[in-house]
Amino acid sequence: MTEAILRQIINYAHRADPYPLYEELRKTPVYHDADGPFVLSRYYDIQSLLHDPRISSDARNLKTPATANPLAAEADDETALPPSFLRLDPPEHDRLRRMTNRPFGPPHSPRRVHEMHGELKDIVSGLIDGIDNPDRIDLVDQFSYPFPVTVICRLLGVPREDEARFHSWADTIAASLDPDPGADTDERAKVSHNARTELGMYLAGLIEERRKKPGADMLSQLSTAGGPDGVMTTMEVLSTAALLLIAGHETTVNLITNGMLTLLRNPDVLERLRKDPNLAVPVVEELLRFEPPVQLVPQRTTLTDIEVRGVTIPKGASLWLVLAAGNRDPDRFEDPDRFDPDRGDIQHLGFGSGIHSCFGAPLARLEAQLALSELARRLENPRLLEDPPPYRQNAVLRGPRHLPIACDGIRP
Amino acid sequence: MSVDGSLDRLKREGRIVVVGASLAGLRAAETLREKGFAGSLTMIGDEPYEPYDRPPLSKQVLLGRATADRTGLPRLRAVDAQWRLGVPATGLDMAARRVRLADGDEVEYDRLLIATGVRARPWPQEDEAELDGVFVLRTRDDAEALERSLAQGPRRVLVIGAGFTGSEIASACRERGIAVTVAERADAPLVGALGGVVGEVAAELQRKHGVDLRCGVMVTRLEGDSAGHVRAAHFSDGSTVEADVVIVSLGAQRNTEWLAGSGLGAGLRGIACDAGCRAFDIRGIVTDDIYVAGDVARSPHPLFGYQFLSLEHWGNAVAQAETAAHNMLSESADRRPHIWVPAFWSSQFGVNIKSVGVPSMGTEILIAQGSRSEHRFTGVYGYQGRVIGAVTFDQTKWLQFYQQLIETTAPFPPAFPTVDRRPEGQQPIPADFPDPSVPTHGPTVTLSGYAPDDRRLTFTPARH
Amino acid sequence: MRLVVDLNRCQGYAQCAFLAPDVFAMHGDESLLYRPEVEEDRREDMARAVAACPVQAIMVDANSPGGNPGSDREAGR
Repeated sequence: MTEAILRQIINYAHRADPYPLYEELRKTPVYHDADGPFVLSRYYDIQSLLHDPRISSDARNLKTPATANPLAAEADDETALPPSFLRLDPPEHDRLRRMTNRPFGPPHSPRRVHEMHGELKDIVSGLIDGIDNPDRIDLVDQFSYPFPVTVICRLLGVPREDEARFHSWADTIAASLDPDPGADTDERAKVSHNARTELGMYLAGLIEERRKKPGADMLSQLSTAGGPDGVMTTMEVLSTAALLLIAGHETTVNLITNGMLTLLRNPDVLERLRKDPNLAVPVVEELLRFEPPVQLVPQRTTLTDIEVRGVTIPKGASLWLVLAAGNRDPDRFEDPDRFDPDRGDIQHLGFGSGIHSCFGAPLARLEAQLALSELARRLENPRLLEDPPPYRQNAVLRGPRHLPIACDGIRP
Repeated sequence: MSVDGSLDRLKREGRIVVVGASLAGLRAAETLREKGFAGSLTMIGDEPYEPYDRPPLSKQVLLGRATADRTGLPRLRAVDAQWRLGVPATGLDMAARRVRLADGDEVEYDRLLIATGVRARPWPQEDEAELDGVFVLRTRDDAEALERSLAQGPRRVLVIGAGFTGSEIASACRERGIAVTVAERADAPLVGALGGVVGEVAAELQRKHGVDLRCGVMVTRLEGDSAGHVRAAHFSDGSTVEADVVIVSLGAQRNTEWLAGSGLGAGLRGIACDAGCRAFDIRGIVTDDIYVAGDVARSPHPLFGYQFLSLEHWGNAVAQAETAAHNMLSESADRRPHIWVPAFWSSQFGVNIKSVGVPSMGTEILIAQGSRSEHRFTGVYGYQGRVIGAVTFDQTKWLQFYQQLIETTAPFPPAFPTVDRRPEGQQPIPADFPDPSVPTHGPTVTLSGYAPDDRRLTFTPARH
Repeated sequence: MRLVVDLNRCQGYAQCAFLAPDVFAMHGDESLLYRPEVEEDRREDMARAVAACPVQAIMVDANSPGGNPGSDREAGR
């Protein structure tokens, strides 16, 4: 029975509700069968391994190439670019992350995210204003998808007139990360490759421009700002921009969509949020526990034999850390399957932990808080048209592909 | 529940007195209320202020980013206590269960918690210590006075003693653009806590930031001008430094004098207590109604050979206060041991230094991750073949892993590779402590569990 | 509103410094400096910072918005 669990998790049929499978998984805290990965699903084990320096994020330390990993195809979002810091160990990881952080956050840019507040709110308002037919809204296509792409454009400094092109590349790349099993693989690969190339060339051009005439945007500063760690090469800037785009975008879409879905399933919380926008703060934290946008971390490996709960995981093994299962571990959270923003203790694994913890977390938090509180405030009597909604293929970056909802009208 | 109902009575209408109204005292009071204590609670403090936090005094306050009078500790819950602030306790009558106060008042207790902490060790020459411009830094008033004098733009500040506080003061001065000389008796800063290998890095940091660091010297005399203001310091190597502000940062003394003659086991090294925070009397018999917590306590730690450890650490004060409060209201079978793993932090010269375990027990150190020359590294300390402590410079996210090694008495040197292992991390080297303490090596004990109720000790026989 | 950060727990994720930059500041890559007392008009930022702390290390007055970490303060070490 347990043999099939991993296949069941990957199986699209279980995408809408993988949580019973995670519960099953937690019964074997270090799960392993045949030549598959070692799968960790308990909160404390995952938390420890995320801080364990014997664990590497660099695929070159895997004993068998990453293609043996059933999630490799979906997870592999980088092509000819050098690996981004997500897939590197210290000291390279630390150096690139510090350099990327320089124009983004404290200590060098302490107010960047905080000051985006007004702009984020404007984007949210604009998207809600644009909803034309309250009888049938696809929250994904009309809201949660365009929102983070626009935010990343503004953050990177993509000129307004280019935003539409940027959106279209992002859409194509996102679709390639979420293959429809029926589609023509060669054709899909070609389209995706073209989009990546075009986006890469576009960004490379923009980097050149910004090097000559830098602005206050992140791309300018990534390309020019020199600190103790030096200046990034064009390839490094490209790779970092691609990471910000993919990792920052896909996850935020899911956070917002999962959020609205969960609120619509918990109308009492939705009603409270409508009356008190400040509730969005604990709501988003509880969402990150309850429906984390990144369900599992599939790309870690062991630098040596390690022992977890009496099981030896050999050197070079592939590890899956199932964050979404840890977040529902009853050893850590009381009544874990209940969505409860009032639980005082929400120390979730939704953004990971340790040195690779989500780079864009503060921005994602603000985006989701603003999006959900504004949706709650402005949609009159919103309701789900399909439950469960159709999901995306991706088991790692899990979320609805569409979220059809209806409401009685849009409040000003 | 209590067999004869006395515990219930204590909880309902008992009298608990807490001497010491700082971090440990406040956290204990909050915990007592949290555990359902409904009787009368008296908080006695020698300073006239409500409980405030000390770590910011040498950092935010000296940097001018916060003022000393705005460092009050948040109240995690209402404590509903009678506060006797600005009135030191002057004596204890154990038989009559009474605390005497400086104003002549007496307060009776059913349970007493002593959390009187420590004070700054003053400059030994009293007349020199009284010169204007000579400071110590421990209290809110100290910090306020020192900050005021730094704001006036002194020509040069001299810091005597390069422990954590002294180093943080030097760091704040440099950040404010003030010239600083640091005089340290040992060969490098921080050697007492972290050893010479790490001390060298601390020395590099100081010099890189423009501190005039002088090691291996003692200040022999402070010299004042005709107005009674300090103007220079004379060193044991014959040199002289002109400074108009001198900060004496030579560690702390325990506030136990008020207990002299009381019959409690209190002295220069603090108040000895058992792992359940109950104070020993002078005969070495444990009391049942007097508890100790925080900087003033010395308690045996099972993980470190049952050595009586005095830990002047923020986290120790919190954890020990919570344990003491829990035990004050518990039957003996429900008591918990104070088995907090020592941990501290220091922020200086833009670097975050954190430590777990007891590095000063270590004889060897392995630079397990990163590099000392980059000032970003993780050092692991070994003692008799086991991991006993760890320190990180700007690598705190890895520290919990090494804490687990300490808690499980993992072998030293660690026999596994890690990310970011450099050539300098291939072999352990002597940790280079000036005076390594050599505890006896009894059976080992390991800690497990996460939540306070789940923390378990496991005994295993001695390895040799 | 008074606050204190348990800097033993703090691992320098800087969420608070992003979300409430008038209260929390990173000093170097990893050290956190904060103002131990803040005005009431910072309460929204403060609530965000308290909730976002991945190690739940920020403690504020109990009567303040956002409240405090749960009772399981030792968990997740």
